[in-house]
This record gives sequence, structure tokens and C-alpha cells, in this order.
Amino acid sequence: MSDVPTSTPPETTGAPEVPATVATDGSSPGPPKPSAGEAGRSVAKALLDAVLEGSSVVVTILAIFLAFVVGGLLIAFTDPTVLHAWGSFFSNPGNALAQTWDSAAGAYSAMLEGSIVDPHTVSAAFHGGSIAAVFNPLSETAVNATPLILAGLSFGVAARAGLFNIGAAGQFIGGAMIAGWIGFAVHLPLVIHVIVAVLGGFVGGAIVGWFVGFLKARTGAHEVITTIMLNYVMEYLILFLLGLSVFRQPGRPDPISPPIAPNAELPHLFGPNLRVNAGLLIALAAALGLWWLLERTTIGFQVRTVGANPSAARSAGMRPEWVWIIAMLVAGGLAGLAGSTVVQGTDFVLTAQIYGTYGFDAITVALLGRARPGGTVLAAFLFGALNAGGIQMQASTQIPVDIVTVIQSLVVLFVAAPPFIREVFRLKTAKAKAAGEVEAKGWAA
Amino acid sequence: MNILYGLTTPDEGEILIDGVKVDFKTPRDAIGLGIGMVHQHFMLVPVFTVAENVVLGVEPTTLLGLLDRRKARREVREMSERYGLAVDPDAYVEHLPVGIQQRVEIVKALLRQANTLILDEPTAVLTPGETEELFRIMRELKASGRSIIFISHKLKEAQTIADRLTVIRRGRVVGSPPPSASDSELASLMVGREVELVVRKTEAAPREAVLDVDGLTVLGAGGYVAVAGVSLEVRAGEIVGIAGVQGNGQTELCKALMGLVPVHGGRIRIGGRDTTHASTKDVLESGVSYVPEDRQEDGLVEGFSVAENLVLDTFDRRPFASGIVLRLDKIRQTARARLEEFDIRAESIDTPAKTLSGGNQQKVIIARELGTETRLLVANQPTRGLDVGSIEFVHRRIVATRDAGAAVLFISTELDEIYALSDRIAVMYGGRIVGIVPPSTPTAELGLLMAGGSPVTGADEAGGSPVTGDDEAGGSPGTGDGGEDSETDPREDKPGEAGEVEQV
Amino acid sequence: MSAGTAVMAARRRLVIERRFVIGGLLVAIGLIELLVFGRVAVKGDAVFTFTLTGAKVNIPNLTLPAGPTSTIIGAVTTALGLLYVAVDLPKVPRRLIAGVSLVGLVAAVLCWADASRIPFPFVALLASTVASSIPLMLGALSGALCERSGVINVAIEGQLLLGAFGAAVIASAFGNLWLGLAAGALSGGLIALLLGLFAIRYRVDQIILGVVLNVFASGITGYLFDSLLVPYANRLNSPATFNPIKIPLLGDIPILGPVLFDSTVFLYITYVVIALVQIGLFSTRWGLRVRAVGEHPEAADTVGINVLLTRWRNVLLGGVVAGIGGAYLTIGSVGSFAKDMSSGEGFIALAAMIFGRWTPLGGVAAALMFGFATALANVLGTVGSPIPSDFLLMLPYIATIVAVAGLVGRGRPPKADGQPYVKA
Repeated sequence: MSDVPTSTPPETTGAPEVPATVATDGSSPGPPKPSAGEAGRSVAKALLDAVLEGSSVVVTILAIFLAFVVGGLLIAFTDPTVLHAWGSFFSNPGNALAQTWDSAAGAYSAMLEGSIVDPHTVSAAFHGGSIAAVFNPLSETAVNATPLILAGLSFGVAARAGLFNIGAAGQFIGGAMIAGWIGFAVHLPLVIHVIVAVLGGFVGGAIVGWFVGFLKARTGAHEVITTIMLNYVMEYLILFLLGLSVFRQPGRPDPISPPIAPNAELPHLFGPNLRVNAGLLIALAAALGLWWLLERTTIGFQVRTVGANPSAARSAGMRPEWVWIIAMLVAGGLAGLAGSTVVQGTDFVLTAQIYGTYGFDAITVALLGRARPGGTVLAAFLFGALNAGGIQMQASTQIPVDIVTVIQSLVVLFVAAPPFIREVFRLKTAKAKAAGEVEAKGWAA
Repeated sequence: MNILYGLTTPDEGEILIDGVKVDFKTPRDAIGLGIGMVHQHFMLVPVFTVAENVVLGVEPTTLLGLLDRRKARREVREMSERYGLAVDPDAYVEHLPVGIQQRVEIVKALLRQANTLILDEPTAVLTPGETEELFRIMRELKASGRSIIFISHKLKEAQTIADRLTVIRRGRVVGSPPPSASDSELASLMVGREVELVVRKTEAAPREAVLDVDGLTVLGAGGYVAVAGVSLEVRAGEIVGIAGVQGNGQTELCKALMGLVPVHGGRIRIGGRDTTHASTKDVLESGVSYVPEDRQEDGLVEGFSVAENLVLDTFDRRPFASGIVLRLDKIRQTARARLEEFDIRAESIDTPAKTLSGGNQQKVIIARELGTETRLLVANQPTRGLDVGSIEFVHRRIVATRDAGAAVLFISTELDEIYALSDRIAVMYGGRIVGIVPPSTPTAELGLLMAGGSPVTGADEAGGSPVTGDDEAGGSPGTGDGGEDSETDPREDKPGEAGEVEQV
Repeated sequence: MSAGTAVMAARRRLVIERRFVIGGLLVAIGLIELLVFGRVAVKGDAVFTFTLTGAKVNIPNLTLPAGPTSTIIGAVTTALGLLYVAVDLPKVPRRLIAGVSLVGLVAAVLCWADASRIPFPFVALLASTVASSIPLMLGALSGALCERSGVINVAIEGQLLLGAFGAAVIASAFGNLWLGLAAGALSGGLIALLLGLFAIRYRVDQIILGVVLNVFASGITGYLFDSLLVPYANRLNSPATFNPIKIPLLGDIPILGPVLFDSTVFLYITYVVIALVQIGLFSTRWGLRVRAVGEHPEAADTVGINVLLTRWRNVLLGGVVAGIGGAYLTIGSVGSFAKDMSSGEGFIALAAMIFGRWTPLGGVAAALMFGFATALANVLGTVGSPIPSDFLLMLPYIATIVAVAGLVGRGRPPKADGQPYVKA
């Protein structure tokens, strides 16, 4: 959580300044460095410390594990067979436990089949079946992950500037709207069309994001409020537009746009049978680009400084207002790109519900990825796999796909509360982080 | 003191009240036993009225169970009149000056039938005149039969008001001298060793004016006039020290010079260029170095590495950046050199700044600001909360900067420091420069100026402390009041003393 | 150059700036009413009806020539706007002008919408406003309860949703509405329990936490809906609904009666909660302590107030209040539960609370305003109007953005709002 916008309490610094220490100038405040011979042992010790004290990686893994356990229990205890077995727990306790395990394990293995690989398709492939079918689950995972990566990066870049971008949904709509309109209403040659539409998606989202940054910079309006409000404004805006003849598909009574031109579709990466498309490349490139921007450029340096300490940033001659606008512009653009990858990569039409749950998924993904581009990509693949697997699970086991939402929210809840995870798994509290590891800020911040 | 007030629980030992052993768990216990505390950082809700603040926790209610505001008001008025405190029960605390807010705290304690009153550094935020007024109130309380524990690191104040003295150093009682003890006797008890503040420096050789301020007016956060028509000139090769009690416009003056707050009137010129409405970046790029008052809040990004902090305001200039691309190699190379040159004790240049001690954090800021050539240094309380060794280091560096031909504007609330460093001393009071005097001016005269020229008896009290840095530590841990048990409390490292007014 | 004059000038500049912005806005609105509504858009008469069928007292319909009415309103608004810019008015007339102009705008819009169509059911509009505001008002009160004690409650949406779910299921399973109401309240409290646990105890960032809890509530209700409520719809998801109770005498007052005193028990609960929270927060010992905790927890601690306990209590209370609001969504209006049926009302309630500057009455007023926009959109949908309902539905959100941008005057959140308390 240390990278998510938090205001560290003004804790005092490490070593106390005792005049005596100053007098004996030679003593170094740091712990003695391990000698070469001890290197091996110290690595093992570091790993052990990480596990016992709950380093961020370990906490994340445990949080995911715990969320799956809770999800599994929920699946099992809403399963009539399991409940029935528990009803006769005292006559046959083994059966109750076995049924519980079977129920949850069945659901999770169906999820794996839908997101990673389905053994049946593998054996079918050996007997002359489709090879593409083997890779279909992975393709679906990637397809689901694509907009999540982009939307997660959107939240992440804003978070690095100290802003909560709850508005990925609205920015997504902005992007989808323009990308879709360019897709079906404008006629451009091959290659150019798809690029222009994608750029249009970036611009559409960026406008919405910019507005939030502008309001914050000019009037101090809290971005959490303005982004939430803009989400609704954009939802009604797309509904309104889809009611206009310009956006309405002829002959359809419901709010749906005409399909975009084939020229504007993002090309498939591995043939027509797998849905995975160039959107994935856009998302990965965006993650790489964002990493470079944040870590290797003067703009990123300012974004990170303002996010970590706006007051120090100001004293160092930076302008937080400017950074907020830039960060929100980029954040909006990334969410808009997510919209264009959905319109141009999978849906090919604009609907009033196109934004789905990407807005909040963006937050969960970015939080799990600790607002860092690399982490966000990993988290998006995890959530993408969950989404893809959830659909398969519902199809084969009739367990409602909403369980995925429950698990995802629990993952983030637990990841956001390392002290909770440590308590559950009885880990030692990390020494340095004992006091208020996760600090929050209020509306005024 | 937090233990006595139940905010912190002791690890061992016992507390006796009227000969009976008591056990504190919460402030409520302490209040119940007649202990009242006026914290260094006031425990008042700014948006509440005086009456609401005073009765909080012991609210009178009407028969219907509603708040009895009338009774609250009456109680405050009565209490205020009885001790000549003159507080208006209906005023909102946020609109009151600190001196009055302090009295609200006293009323609050009195209303809870406090027999023992703990005043924690009550004079740190007061002008000498307000201090006199506080002492009058304390004498009156003493006359009414109450005990007062007065904590201060200002020698003269303790001697003036206390009936008994106890000197505490690093969590231990080191002695209980009589109030009549000599200054040097007390000082050596407090410090533990002889401390002599000597800054080796040559006669100043001032040249052309670098900073030229004319009629500068700045509004403070609440819309009041924080800086009122200040005119000042700082020349190359001289150190101008600004003396004054905290909160007399020094901080706003610095921020206005740096383009951090809008200027509402007057003119600022740096190196002949008008920077009245220039951005902070502009000011910095015209060769100004800035050491802000609050190093953790304004000077550093605690989560950033030492290397990143060392380029916080130069990251986008050559050689650290070409275009928008950061030159990490150059940044790291320079950081290593600075670490060496300024003797910054950090494990490496990648260590996060928050793991450094306060002195080393300040060295990072000094290294950043003075590592390159500078025309004007604006340093606001650069030694606050530092240990003696670090203070000496900072002083040496400031003098070196002057000797290299820069103009230095140095702000401190510690008079000794002002005397030791300044080539000229400007005194600020109530947002104005009330006098610019040479360092040969006697303390009494300076003290009079600091009090706004009003005749105050112990005018030199305000600066009568040994060189210890101001107790008003900016980055005080967590919720204000450090507490004796905290290893990291900057106060811990410094000599402190407790005077006691006792009436049996 | 004296300091005093510089300061005065700076203050004047701020005041003048605001005068021009707001006054200019009024003039612009007035001109639109005058020129667009009055001249171009509106022909024919607008008819307003003020009675519902079966009322004891009949008020005759009001028929206004739509065009001239808009013209007059426009002229008045323009004049008021000019006055606003020209003269430095004191606070009360300033607010009065803004209020009158707002009412005029609504009237002009109604005229435009209704001209030469079927009679406009004014009382039905107000009654529907109040009814659709119930969850918003309770949500806003929940927010005020939590945030005044220093805990940000973005989870109102989740509290409404789980409240709606719990109320529907229990009311249906036990066939008892009051049990359902209690279950709704407790379900809201359940989300509050999680909010308190993670916000107060584990000090998770409260905005993130609220968002996550909303997702959680949506997921868990969605999951249980599909796995339990769909297969057992008869047993678990077909609750009855509360019947309206008409208060004797008060219910017969023309216009006001049917709007305010002829509704389900939820509206009367809402009245009580409004009164309790308003009086409680500002006129009792409890409220003083709560506000102290929200503004300056250390100060509260030093006078012996238990900060964490106070926060816990308020968070749970807030959850219960929002849970009742959620229960209204099912057993107070439509009956059965549907997925994600709170559809953003929790966020509107949050906005209303902020719009109302963290005060109970302000939040309620803002909630009514938002409810009015929703009701207006629905009514206009039925009478058929030239204004796209999507735009009307957008209005509350745009209004909130305008409010937080400080154009209408910005509120000040409790100082310690969202900051976990760690004892020194």
C-alpha cells in the first residue's frame, strides 16, 4: 500500500540525536553489513523475515489465498448438497467435509478450465481436434485482462499523483464513444482507421479526465466527488446519444450503435478462432510507456513528488496543479483506451452498458498491483483469469458468476489491510511499520 | 507529563497523590484526580465556541437531556472573571489569538476542578507581554491554592516564576536547584556539559544588494495581515538574521520571497530582477536556495531515496535531465559526491529519507541547497530540533555560503543563534520589521524590540535559553505532544527543565 | 502603500469575482428563459393540477399561458441577476435572489415541458419527489453520522443494497414486514461493521474501503440472488410492501397533505431520524462529543472522550440508518429484490451529504433536490416532453460538480474526516 496515495504521519526519524553519538563521529548508524560468507544465510533469513513479518508480496499472496478460502466457503455453503451433508454431520462428518471440499474445488477447477487450460480440449487436440480450443481459455483471460490493464493503469497513474480516480467508468465511456463513432461513422483506409479510432479513444477519455484535473487545480473540487458525478453524467450522455439517429443502429429499438467498420477493428493476434487481439499489445505498451514516464522522466518525477508530498513539491518549485491536470489527462486517456479496446476489439458496437464494471475493477486491479505498472499488469491478468473462469464456471456448474466479484473485492480488502492479514495468519508485526502502516487521507487532503 | 495526564501509561514506578498511590489509565482518571494539563499544542476544537470547548466532556444538560449552553456560558464567564482571564464564551476558538486560546485551556482545566495544573512549554508561542500576563494568571492561581507544574526550557522564565525547580535531562531528574541558583549553574545541569556557542567567522564584507524587499504585504491563511509592509535589504556576503517570537510573520515572509504564497502589496527584487509575482520555480532558478522551516513537511519527500531528494528542485536542469529524460547516472553520481562532502550518514544513496535521523535529513536539504553555487540563501529555522553536532554543521555551512559571496537571510527564534551568525539583525514583530540592529546590541534592547517595543520587565527572557533548538519541533511525532517515553522525540535529546510553583 | 489597503483590495477582488460569476449566471439563465423559452420554444398553455383523485379539498387547475409566463420569469431573473452584479448585497437578499431564480427556472422549464399537453400533475410530482428521496435522505443522514465522527462513508451504496436485500429476504421468508425492516437495518449495519473494522481498527484508507465494500455488497447480493433468490423466488423474494398510512387531519391539507402525510412508515421514520440526527448532533452532549471527535480527536481524547468508541457507535448507527433506506427500496416500494437495485443512489446520497455541507438538514434538502430531478424526469416521461429525460437525470450530478467546485459556496468537512486515530 505504500505507493497508493497515503499521507505518512509526521513520524519522527529513526535514530535519536544524542549528542554523544555526534561526539564519536566514527560510528555508523546503520546495521553492520553482512560479510560475504554470511550472504547465503542472510538471504534465507531475509526470506524468513519476509514471511514472518509479512512483507508486501507475502501479504498479497496470503490476501489472495484468504479471499479464495472465503469465496470457497461461500460457494460450498450455498450449495444444497453441502448443506444437506452438514445436516447429517454427526452421523457422517466425513461426508460433510468431503462435500464441502468437492463443491468449492469443483467451482475452482471449472474456473481454471475457463481461464488457463481445459484438459478435455488438450486430449481432443491429440486426437485431431482444434489446437485453438486448447488456447482458448488463455486467450479469454488475455481478452478480459486487456481493458483491466488499461483501466488499472488509469487509476494507478492518478494514484501516483496523489489522486483517487474513481472515474474510470466515465472516462471509459468517453473513449468508447469517440472510438466507436470514428469506427462506424468515419470511413478511412485500412490500418489508418484503426489507429485513428484508438487515438480517438484516448482523446475521449483524456477530455473527461482533464476536466476533473482542471476542476481540482482551479477550484479544489475533490476528485472523488467529481469523478463519481462524471461517471453518471457520462452514463446518461451515452444513453442520450444512443437515442439520436446519428448513433442509433437502423432498425433496432434498443439503444445500440451500428457496428464499427472492419477497418477499425483491432486485428486478432492468433487467427480468427481466438479472440485475443492487438488491444493486448496496446495495453502492454501502455504499461511499459507509463513505467518509463513515471520512473525515467522529469514529468514522472514531478508526478511522484506531488503524490508523495505536495507541500515539498511546491517548495521545490513544482506546480501540483499542473501535475494534477497532466496526471488526470493521462489517467483519463488510459481509461479511454480501455474503452476503445473493448469497442474495437471485442464488442464492435456501442451500447449503454459498455462500461460494465470496469470503473471499479480498475480500482481493485490497481490497488492489488500497488499502483505500479508491472504490478497492475499482473493483477489484471489475475482478475482477467477470474472473469474468464467465472463465466466458464457458471456455464458448467451453475454457480453464479458474481462469486468472482465477491472474491475480487475480498482480495483488495485484505490487501489493503496488512495488519488484518498478519493477525489472521499470526505473523509478527513488521518493526518499522508498526504504527499506522496504512494511513488515510480525508476529503480535505 | 503525558503519563501524569493518563495519555501514556508508565512501564514502572508509581504516582502518589496526596500520599495515596494512584493508577492512571486514561485522561479521565487524571481529570478525576484533579490534574489538568495545558498542552503545548492546544487541545481545542477550532470550529467550536469557547464555551463548547470548555465544557466538552463535562457538559451540563437540561432536564430534557439537551445541552445547556446557557449554563456553559455562565460557568465560563464566572471562571474567567474570577481569575481575570477575560475570555468571551461565545467566540469561536479559531478566531482567537494563541494567547487567549491558552487561557481557554486554563479555564478548561479549572472547570474540571484541577488542583494541579501542568503547563507544557506554555511560553513557546507567546510574546514577552503575553508571557507576563500568563505569569500574572499563574500567580493568581497559586494564590487560590493550586499547584502548577511549569515546563520550560527557558531559564529566566523558570527562575522568575518557580518556587521550586527540578531539572530533567533525557528522562532523568538530574537535580533540584533553588530558583536563586545562578544561570550557569542551571545551564550546566540542563546540558550536562559546558556548551559554548561559538561560530568562527570573519568580519562581513557586504557588496551589492541581492535581495531587496520593499513594503511587502502578505495575508496569512485566515485572511489576517501576516506580513505588513516589510522593507529589507540583504547584500552579497552578509548574513541578515531575523529575530522574533514564533508566529510574527517570519514564515509568511519566507514563503512570499519564495513565491509560495501570493503577495498582496509591495515589491520583491532578487539580483535586480522583480520577482514579486514570480513562481517558485522562477525564484529558485534565479539562484536562490531555500531551507524551509518544516523539513519533513516541506523540505523532503520522506518516501523518496536520498538521491532523489538531493535533486528535488534541480531534477529538470542539466546535467540531471536532458529534455524530459532523467539522467539517472548523473543523479546518482552527484548524490554519492554529496553524501561524502556533507557527511550524510545514510547506508546508501538509495536509502529512503524517512529512515534518516533528523540531523541527517537536514544535511540532505543543506547539501541540496548549498551543494551548488547560490546567490541568496533563505533559511528558516534550519537548526530546529537538531542535536548540537548538527547545529554546528549547519552554522558552519551557512557562514561558508556567505564567505563564498552569497547573501543569507537567516530566520531563527533562538536569540543565541541569531547573535552568533548574523552580521545584521532584523527584528520582526506583528508582521513588521521593528528594527534593524548590529549584533553588538545588548539582549535587553533586542528583547524590547521583539516584544513590539512595549516596556516589559524581563524582556530578555524570550531568548534566554541555551543553544538547544526550539522545542516547537515541526515534525513532532503523531499527535503533537511527544511524550517522555518516545525514543524519537527530538526533545528527548535536549536538556529540559521543569520548574515548579508550589503552594501548600 | 499601507498594508491595510492592500488587504482590503484583495478581499474586495474575491467578493467582486464571485458577484460577477453568480450574477452573470443568473442573467444568462434569465435571457435563455426570456428569449428561448418565452419566444421560440413555448407555445400554448401550461396546465397544472393540484389535487389527486379522491382528495377532500379541491383546488382548481392553474392554467398559464406558457410563453408569456416564461417571458415574465425570464425578465425578472435577468433583472435580479443585474441587481446581483451591480449592488454588493448582504447575505440574505443574495440567497433570496438565488432561490427565487432557481424556482423561476424550474417553473419556466415546467411551462416549456408542459405547454399544450396533458395537465401537469403537480402534486403527484411532489409526492413522487418525497418518495424517491427517502433512501437519499436516509443515506445522506448516514453519511453525516459517520463523517461527523471522522469516518468517511463511501459505502452508503453498499449499505442501501444489502439493506434492500436483507429486508426483502426476511420479510418474504417470515411474512412479517416489520421483521424485514429490522433485517434491512441490520444488513446496513453489517456493512458498517466491516467499514468500522477496517477503517477504525485496521486503518485502511476509507475512500478505498468504501469503494471496495460497495463492490463487495454488489457481488454478495448478486451471488445470493442468483444462487438462492432465483430458485426460491416464491419463498425468499416475494415480500409484501408497507401500505401508506394517512395521518388524520394533516393528511387532508391541500397539496401538503398527500405529499407529506400520506405515505408509508418509511417517510415517518425518516422524519424521526432527521429530527434525531439534527438535534442530536447540534444540541446534545452526545453530538458535541461526536463533532469534537470528528474535528479534533486528540482534544476529545484529552478530556476523556473515547474516540474509537464514539466512531464505532456512529459508524454502526449510520449503517443502520442507511439500511432502513435500503429496506425502503424493496419492502417500501417495489417489493422484490433485484440485482444492483440501489443503482447509484448511495453515491447520490453521498453527494447530497457533501452538497449539504455535512449537516443533516442540508443533506436532506439536497436529497430532496436530487429526488425532485428524478421525479421530474419520470413525470415528464409520462406526460411526454421536449426535454430528454437523460438530461434531467444528469442535472443532480452536474449540480453536485458545480457545488464542490465552490461556485455555490463550499462546505468544510470535519477536520479529522477520514483520518484514523492513533493514540499518541
